This record gives sequence, C-alpha cells and structure tokens, in this order.
Amino acid sequence: MKDCIRAAAIAAMLSAGFCTASLAQAPQNFDAIQIDALQVRDNVYMLVGSGGNITVQVGDDGILLVDTQYAPLSDKIVAAIRKISLKPIYYIVNTHHHGDHTGGNVNLRAAGTTVSGGNMAGAIRDSGVGAAIIAHENVLLRLSSDKSPQALPSGGWPTSTFFGKKKELFFNGEGIEIIHVPAAHTDGDSIVFFRRSDVISAGDVFVTTSFPFIDTASGGSYQGYVAALEKLVDIIIPVYGQDGGTLVIPGHGRISNLGDVLNYREMVIVVGDRIKHMIEAGMTLEQVKAAKPTFDYDPVYGARAGAADRFIEETFETLRSPPGEAQ
Amino acid sequence: MKGWDAIRGARVMAVLASMVVVGPAFGQPSFAGVWNMTLTEDFPDRLPGPELGDYAGLPLNDSDRARAQSWNATILSLPDYQCRVHPADYANSFADIRMWHEIDTTTQELIAIHIQHFAWNTQRTIWMDGRPHPHEMAEHTSMGFSTGEWVGNTLKVTTTHLKEGWLRRNGVARSDAATVTEHFIRHDNHLTWSVFVQDPKYLEEPFFRNRDYTLSDTGSIGAYPCESVVEVVLPEQGYFPHYLPGENPFLIEYARNHKIPSEAAMGGAKTMYPEYRKRLAQLPTP
Repeated sequence: MKDCIRAAAIAAMLSAGFCTASLAQAPQNFDAIQIDALQVRDNVYMLVGSGGNITVQVGDDGILLVDTQYAPLSDKIVAAIRKISLKPIYYIVNTHHHGDHTGGNVNLRAAGTTVSGGNMAGAIRDSGVGAAIIAHENVLLRLSSDKSPQALPSGGWPTSTFFGKKKELFFNGEGIEIIHVPAAHTDGDSIVFFRRSDVISAGDVFVTTSFPFIDTASGGSYQGYVAALEKLVDIIIPVYGQDGGTLVIPGHGRISNLGDVLNYREMVIVVGDRIKHMIEAGMTLEQVKAAKPTFDYDPVYGARAGAADRFIEETFETLRSPPGEAQ
Repeated sequence: MKGWDAIRGARVMAVLASMVVVGPAFGQPSFAGVWNMTLTEDFPDRLPGPELGDYAGLPLNDSDRARAQSWNATILSLPDYQCRVHPADYANSFADIRMWHEIDTTTQELIAIHIQHFAWNTQRTIWMDGRPHPHEMAEHTSMGFSTGEWVGNTLKVTTTHLKEGWLRRNGVARSDAATVTEHFIRHDNHLTWSVFVQDPKYLEEPFFRNRDYTLSDTGSIGAYPCESVVEVVLPEQGYFPHYLPGENPFLIEYARNHKIPSEAAMGGAKTMYPEYRKRLAQLPTP
C-alpha cells in the first residue's frame, strides 16, 4: 500500500514536471518546449527547458554537462549546446538519479565521446564511445536496477562512479569538485562546484520553485537536506551582503546567489522546527498537516498542488525516524 | 547669400530632427548630484526603525503577516545576515544618495541613470536605452533590474528581478515576484521619489511609499563598509532564529505602547484607508 502511495506521489510529481520518475512516462508535450540558454559566467551556461536545469561548461578542452533533462528534448538540447560550442561533449555529471535529470543520458552520452587509449582501448573496444557519465555510485545502483521506476537502458548508466565525499576533475582550465551530499534529496546527490568560474550546480538539494522534495523512498531525509543547504552556504562567498560572488544553478528555477539559498534554508529550517515541535507535542501527521506549518511560505513555494503536504509528510517521517547516514 | 541661408536652415532642421529622435536626452531634468534625505516624514520608522509587531497600514496578506510574526531580530547577528542590504524598493527610506547620468559621448544619448545609496553602499542602474528585462530565470538581486522612461518631466522606473527582501525591517517580507514602479520628480532642488510595490504573493493590494530629498551643497556622501563577524558561538547546523506560531512575546508591544487596537497593528489592506477609522473606534486597545 505504501508503495502504491509512493507510486501515486511519483505520478503526481511527474505530471508537475518536477523531480520526476521514468522519462518514458512523462506526460508532456515536448514539441512545445523551448530550450533557453542563459550565460551564468564566462564559460558556464544554464539550459532551461522541461525538467531539471542543465549546466554547460565549455572551453578549449571540450564540453561538460551537468544533468540531461528528458530524452525527447535531447535534439533541442544538443542544438542549444552547439550554439555555445562546437567542441565534443566529454563529460556528463548526474546530480542524482531522477528522470527529469537523467532522462537524456542515453542520447547526450551518444552525442559525445571519451578520450581513450593505451590498455583501456585494447581491453574495452567501445571505451571511446560516448561521453563519460559521472555520478555517485547510488545513482548507478538506482538507474541500473530493474526494480526502479527510474531505471534506464545501460547506455544511460554512469560510467564513472565514486563513493565517499567527492570526486575531482580538472577540465577547461578549472578544478571541478563533485561533492556528495548524503541522504538529502536522495541518497545519491552531488553538487558540482566549478572553482574558477565560482559556480555551483546544485541539483535538487536547492530549487527556487517549490518546497523541497525529499525522496525518502530513495534514501532522502530532512536532516540530510538541511546539511546539503548548509554545505552550499559554506561554499558560497558573496561580493557583498548576500549578492554576487558565487552563483548557484538550482535543480529547478532561476540562477541564484547567497541570499536565495539563505532564504530557502530559512524556510526549510523554520518549517522543520515547527514540525519537530509538533512531534514532541505528540501530534499525529494529520494534525500536523492541519496546523499548516508551511502557511507563511505557501505563496512562495506552494504553487504546485500537494507540494506543501508532501514536504510536511517527508519531514515528519524523517524527523520521527532519523536516518543514520545523514548525521 | 540665399543659398547660404538655405544651407543654414537645413542644418537647423537637421539638429532639430536629431533632437526629436533622441528626445529623452533633451529637455528632461537632470538628477545628477548628491541628494540629502528629508526625514520629517515617518522619522521613527526610518532611522530608529519600525517597532516589532507594527504592520499598521501595510497591505500584507495573512501569509506575510504570519511570517512577520515568526521573525526574530536575532537573525541580524548572524554573519550571513549582518551585511544584508536594504532592497531597492526599501533603500530610499535611508540616508543620502548620489545620482549620475551615463551619457554616450558621441550621440549624447542617455544610456543609464545610476544611484548610489549611502546605506550599505548599494548601487543601482536604471537603463534608459530601451534594453529588455532579462529572462525570468536570470539572477535576481537586491537591486533588481531597472529600466526607465520619461513621462513628461517625470522619470518612471520599472524594476523586476528583485530577490526576496523586506518591505519593512521588522520581518515583513516582500517576495521575489514583486514588480516595483518608481517615479522620480524634481521640483527645483527638491526630489520626490515614490515607490509602488506590486507583490502577488505577499500583498493584498499594491503598497505605496513616498520619500523626499533636497539637493546637497556639499556633493559628498560617506563610505559604508560592512564586514561580517562571528559575534556569538552558534550551533553548527540547522539553526535559524525564529518564533514558533503564537510564541512571539514582542508582538503586543507596539499596540500596547501606542494604545492601538491589535487588529489595526497587524495591518492588512483595510488598514490603509480612511474608512478604517470607523472600525478603529469600535475596537478595544490592549
């Protein structure tokens, strides 16, 4: 029954175009979707279409993408990338496994290439075929599991995974940190920090369009979500006050700076504190929902039907039974 | 001789024609200079600052009121908030400003008008060259993105791309969906600056605020450095000061100190209008 509720919830999210499951089920008219490219910094762009934002880092070395939106949009995405750079796509980083961020993995990987040679080229004949896909190992486990509604064909699986705190790359003249933030939106989240460009691609641990979606079925937790936001705040250095300096590309929504992340963190902590207080007072989930702990933030983050209730449920669930990994 | 007159006449016509084409650069007032704020209006609200629980006359909706009621002034001691600036639509309530015009030196067309606020040393650019506002997913900032146009001798400014800020610095929030329309009106050495805030998320009706300035003789404003420091030891994670619903002990102070009915102190669009005085007379004071 619980699985049915989760499946229904995923379907609802799918129709809302947020943090979605299988791309194959996506009930959208992709013909009407336009891919807009916004320049974030000199060599970093944000592609906006349907699904999670895509980060494009370009330079003499080639192209690195963070996330891939939905498969039916891949041709438009490639066309948008080609307006920015004609260099090969070498890397794709997945911030997590949800279909609105990985649905285009197969196509965009096929549009790229991997530099291969030496023993590797001899032992693995197709080692140079397609771009490398980098992600936390839990992303691979979920995308390759035949029990997962987000599963992809093998051509869309990460080809380079990591565990532990982070993976590092040097590409297009800058260091890139792919930092794992445990048990947050899911159990496989990474934020991607472009150190010279001073841009962070946050995935769905930070969005500007809605309350958080904490995918507890995929190992997400309220505590981990707060920790991920704290990590973002730690990295960001503004020019002055809460403006400028490090810029953040959210999983969904607009290009952001420290002030936006602080505002979001405020909402997450304030609502969480209220729910914690209600749990300590012995209130049931239904009583907590009836008390409307998100009421003051609903106009800003509650436009999507059910988003507030879902956030309350997920927060209630993980505050009552904290996950071990998030600590 | 007649030929020379004709040529001269043609030149005059060409100059006149160019003045029509670049109309905004001619005839409109200059705002260039340092302007001193005139604090005779709303003084307690502006320098000492608004009292906690004073939302009277603000058209805030129920959600914004609830948010303001949970606000805890301790946030201003947090390093990340110590240098948080007043947003563009609130900054005109404080201190002196410098304005200057940016001109294309070849065409003499007005490209932009700039404003520097003494408070927090924030700077704004009002684009006058007809450029469009950015994509809705572009960065939002405290100063937003402003474009201006002349309406007679009045400078009308439209600002979008404002990130969330405060409508009043006692916790009343203004959302990132707000559009702000300003009018700058110069009367000799006096400047009237009106701010009209439309916020579909947190306001029941548009909010209007008016400020007056006088042209300065000295032409200088002070520096305003701000450096964040850790003032107290804070919990490492998941801490943000706020009051749980119904537990803010300070909300009653303003109403009690000024003998104002609590309902009126809590604001809402109805408290903006003269008709509200009838209801005010029927309400008890705390």
